[in-house]
Amino acid sequence: MTAFSDEAIIKVRDLTVGFHGKLILEHLDLDVKRGEILGVVGASGSGKSVLTRAIIGLLPKVNGRIEVFGVGMDAADEAERRAVERRWGVLFQHGALFSSLSVRQNIQFPMREFMKVSDRLLDEITVAKLVMVGLKPEVADLFPSELSGGMTKRVALARALSLDPEIVFLDEPTSGLDPISAGDFDELVKTLQRTLGLTVFMVTHDLDSLNTVCNRIAVLGDRKVLLIGPMDDMLASQHPWLQAYFHGKRARALAA
Amino acid sequence: MQERTPNSSPILEQTRLGTSLALRASGQWTIHHALDLEGLIDAAEKLNCTTATVVIDVSQVAKLDTFGAWLIERLRRSLTQGVVEPDLVGLSANYSSLFDEVRRVKSGVVEGKEPRSLTAFLERVGRSVVGVGGTLVGLLSMWGAILVTTGRVIRHPSSFRLTSMIHHFEQACWRAVPIVVLISFLIGCIIAQQGIFQFRKFGADVFVVDMLGVLVLREIGVLLVAIMVAGRSGSAYTAELGSMRMREEIDALRTMGFDPTEVLILPRMLALVIALPVLTFLGAMAALCGGGLVAWGYGGVDPNAFLSRLREAISINHFIVGIVKAPFMAFIIGIIACAEGAAVKGSAESLGQHTTASVVKSIFFVIIADGIFAIYFASIGI
Ligand SMILES: Nc1ncnc2c1ncn2[C@@H]1O[C@H](COP(=O)(O)OP(=O)(O)OP(=O)(O)O)[C@@H](O)[C@H]1O
Ligand SMILES: [Mg+2]
Repeated sequence: MTAFSDEAIIKVRDLTVGFHGKLILEHLDLDVKRGEILGVVGASGSGKSVLTRAIIGLLPKVNGRIEVFGVGMDAADEAERRAVERRWGVLFQHGALFSSLSVRQNIQFPMREFMKVSDRLLDEITVAKLVMVGLKPEVADLFPSELSGGMTKRVALARALSLDPEIVFLDEPTSGLDPISAGDFDELVKTLQRTLGLTVFMVTHDLDSLNTVCNRIAVLGDRKVLLIGPMDDMLASQHPWLQAYFHGKRARALAA
Repeated sequence: MQERTPNSSPILEQTRLGTSLALRASGQWTIHHALDLEGLIDAAEKLNCTTATVVIDVSQVAKLDTFGAWLIERLRRSLTQGVVEPDLVGLSANYSSLFDEVRRVKSGVVEGKEPRSLTAFLERVGRSVVGVGGTLVGLLSMWGAILVTTGRVIRHPSSFRLTSMIHHFEQACWRAVPIVVLISFLIGCIIAQQGIFQFRKFGADVFVVDMLGVLVLREIGVLLVAIMVAGRSGSAYTAELGSMRMREEIDALRTMGFDPTEVLILPRMLALVIALPVLTFLGAMAALCGGGLVAWGYGGVDPNAFLSRLREAISINHFIVGIVKAPFMAFIIGIIACAEGAAVKGSAESLGQHTTASVVKSIFFVIIADGIFAIYFASIGI
């Protein structure tokens, strides 16, 4: 699983994003390679969610270029954009499930839009996705307001995976999960990477996930990528924030 | 990693060797070919293989995802005879964990229950009856909560949220002035124009002033304003309270020791109860102006004649009858809007339904109340 190609599936160049004249990201460059799991870390408010939203085209950028699957997202016409969007899945930080649809309908929503298959197969696949993310099939008929926080996360992941995408963007997928579920979640992401060749862009604060599943880690700070590389590079870095993050009390407790 | 193979369609070849049946899958077994795949599997599931041992060979599959894996798993299950499962061969290490995942899916999908049409109809009827009861209980409990809170606030006036009330008063009254004045003005014009046009047949042009005065001051003015306020502020209250409920903001208030009725509902109710008489007064004046202008331009009744006629035709009682109804109607609108807001469930759809219900019910009850007032004032002879 270490051998992923050097081809950059997401290429971000010179990205600048700001709100009301205040810049959050400035001249940011980032490559995500095909088939890797990239962990994105950074202090709260450093712009991890903003970077994610800028890449998937939800935020306007002041400047910069973003290519996904080799398609320049600014130059792409409507049809090309649609085609790219169909090949990625997004897990939002707060789930963003459709509140008036049941879990089953939430997961089937993108499938019904893009494929013509029987209801039976849709139902079976829905159950398969639920089982994959560690939920019971009975959950299918609940509504989002009836789910616990962790269940919401899982259903949102199931929906993000419903079209078997090639890239998934996960914004803090394991926050709000108990440690065992978080571990299962990490395993699942790894399995998907191995079997489906999935590329994962994962914003996380979970040192365990960073340690066990991420091939590379990108650190956001000072409005740009401070450092990108495998865990060893992070541990070796002398940057004070990285020192505090990876050698802090919590990190030591994990290492012990 | 898998190279990007050309988009070769999935194939399932069958070869029979003596008593054994070999099914060899090849091509792309992915979501992009979901429809083809389902056809293949449906056909293969009908195969008669009571005597044969079955082998499913997946070594030639170029690409596999959850769809392909599940369909192969489904085929494997439906070809299972007794306890003898078909063999799955040629499974690469990468894909075996995917099969492990789909193997955990139990057959026998949980179906959403689809009730029969007649039962469903009866169920809907039953539910709406229960719903009506629920609405009444909601209204009563909102009423009770408001009374209790009002009592407490009267005893401790410092706990009243004056700033909040002024904010809501600005929203509900001040910002509504232009539209209320404009619409009332136009309605006044229309009443006068129609009155003159119809009364002219009897040579009774000048009575249009009587009609305009009585109608606008007693009925139309307040009713029109109440309906506009129900659509404008009532719906806003329901949507605000409803979305605060959805996002647990009301629960948060409660845990901090605040009473949501005191913080959210009382200021809104009071703002509305003050706003509606003010708007009614302004609306009535605008309607009289509009009517006067039309009477002058279209009916040839000059302003002096209009005013003196108006003075003869109407007494202060007409005005009081109109304005006295306004706070009651404001109370009706406010209580319905807040009760609907409090009844919003977790979904966006429910927010929409309750906002609609809030406006429809407010208008309905405002008209009912107006009818009751009309009977009451007629019987006491005002
Ligand atoms: N829509 C917006 N309008 C204005 N400012 C925004 C907006 N969205 C984000 N920001 C600002 O951008 C900065 C980065 O926010 P972002 O949500 O990306 O943080 P984050 O790194 O994801 O933090 P966390 O780990 O807490 O989720 C914050 O200072 C935030 O206030
Ligand atoms: Mg964030």
